[in-house]
Amino acid sequence: MNPSLFVAQRITAFVLAFAVTIHLATILYAAQRGLTAGHILQRTHGNVAFFALYVIFVIAASIHAPIGLRAILREWLGWWGRRVDVSLVAFAAVLLTLGLRAAFAVFVA
Amino acid sequence: MKWPASSVRSQRQPGFVAAIIHRLSGLALTIFLPAHFLALGTALSGAGSFERFMNVTDNPVIKALEVGLVTSLAVHLACGVRILTIEFLSLRERTAVTVAVCFAFALACGLLFLLNVQIGAS
Amino acid sequence: MTGADLHIRIWRGQEEGEFQSFRLSARKSQTVLDAVTEIQREREPTLAYRYACRVGMCGSCAMTVNGEPRWTCRTRISTVAKDGTLTLEPLRNLPVVKDLVVDMTTFFEKWRSAKGAFEPGSAPREDFAVVRPDSASRRAADEGIECIGCGVCYSACDVVAWDRDYLGPAALNRAWTLVNDVRDQGQAERLAAVAANGGCNSCHTHMSCTTFCPKKLAPTYAIAGLKRATARAAIRVTK
Repeated sequence: MNPSLFVAQRITAFVLAFAVTIHLATILYAAQRGLTAGHILQRTHGNVAFFALYVIFVIAASIHAPIGLRAILREWLGWWGRRVDVSLVAFAAVLLTLGLRAAFAVFVA
Repeated sequence: MKWPASSVRSQRQPGFVAAIIHRLSGLALTIFLPAHFLALGTALSGAGSFERFMNVTDNPVIKALEVGLVTSLAVHLACGVRILTIEFLSLRERTAVTVAVCFAFALACGLLFLLNVQIGAS
Repeated sequence: MTGADLHIRIWRGQEEGEFQSFRLSARKSQTVLDAVTEIQREREPTLAYRYACRVGMCGSCAMTVNGEPRWTCRTRISTVAKDGTLTLEPLRNLPVVKDLVVDMTTFFEKWRSAKGAFEPGSAPREDFAVVRPDSASRRAADEGIECIGCGVCYSACDVVAWDRDYLGPAALNRAWTLVNDVRDQGQAERLAAVAANGGCNSCHTHMSCTTFCPKKLAPTYAIAGLKRATARAAIRVTK
């Protein structure tokens, strides 16, 4: 871990603190109302606010998760170095792509 | 025999337990995330395809895993906020108390989800 | 408990070895150091262990007592061996020289690597520096200045066990006291040293160091201070 990665992880953590709180509240609200998947899609369809939230959520998570994973790989498996870092950047790209696709999917569905 | 030969008591302190739970919940969420994004992405083929996918997940085992995921999300959030306050707001804590509060919040979220989620209603 | 039998298991050997058992009569107000000394002098002269002051000032007697890193001279047997059993092992995370004695070389090398020494600079001032004791930086330094390098925190730390490069709580705590020393002229090098691989950002706030420090210091919060200082420096560079 170095200060740049640390700063990136803590800033995204701060962003995620808000996004996850909203997401948790949404999940519990949907569960309490017995909303079906279809109901939820109706509410996200064309909803710019939710779309913006999910885009920010995805970008933050795509940065935050691989950095956390990097520490686990180093400390618990002893894996570190350029190849590990390149794989983690690739993983971040996968999360970003799939995530933005998902955010778009619930926006247009 | 090889040393260290006995367990280390530092691993039974609340700060360590919180760190392990924080790390494992983060790992679980990281593994779950691509699957979650792929599932939501099925909505691109229309709401019908999304519904069909959701019906596959409509069974007690999956619901139990979902409760676990909601709890993981909540505990990772709570423990993360604790770390942020220690590191950036110079919080001096009674570790057992703050960690207990984090776990209580996470269990509350998990229970709220468990008691409300219905099987066969999606 | 006085007069009752104590069962004491002591690690013999190095990284390969075994426990040797002893039975001792419990004495009033007996410390773990009392017990180890009695065993070494009267039962097992080949037992190797360290102590010096015997009164909780030097930190030499640190070892693992029933799984916890402690000073044996300041540990009453009645406190830690409530059922009359005691397991004594060397400090964790350091190479074992023999029995209860560890090699502290790495511990102090990391202290040096963290720039844990005062840097007067090439042109020291001519007059005394005025440092108000109630200033924020002096108070921050004073909170950690009493460290005597006993190694208990280093031994308690799980990240030290997991990551060979991690500088550890003692070295980083000392670095923080110097970061807060307004007279020190080596701040840039010190921040770079604690920001490097194995530096302050490897701390995961397990708080074992703070829990076990016999001088009640809090390396966790010192390391949090270093995290803030190095983050600020990193942001300034990219701006």
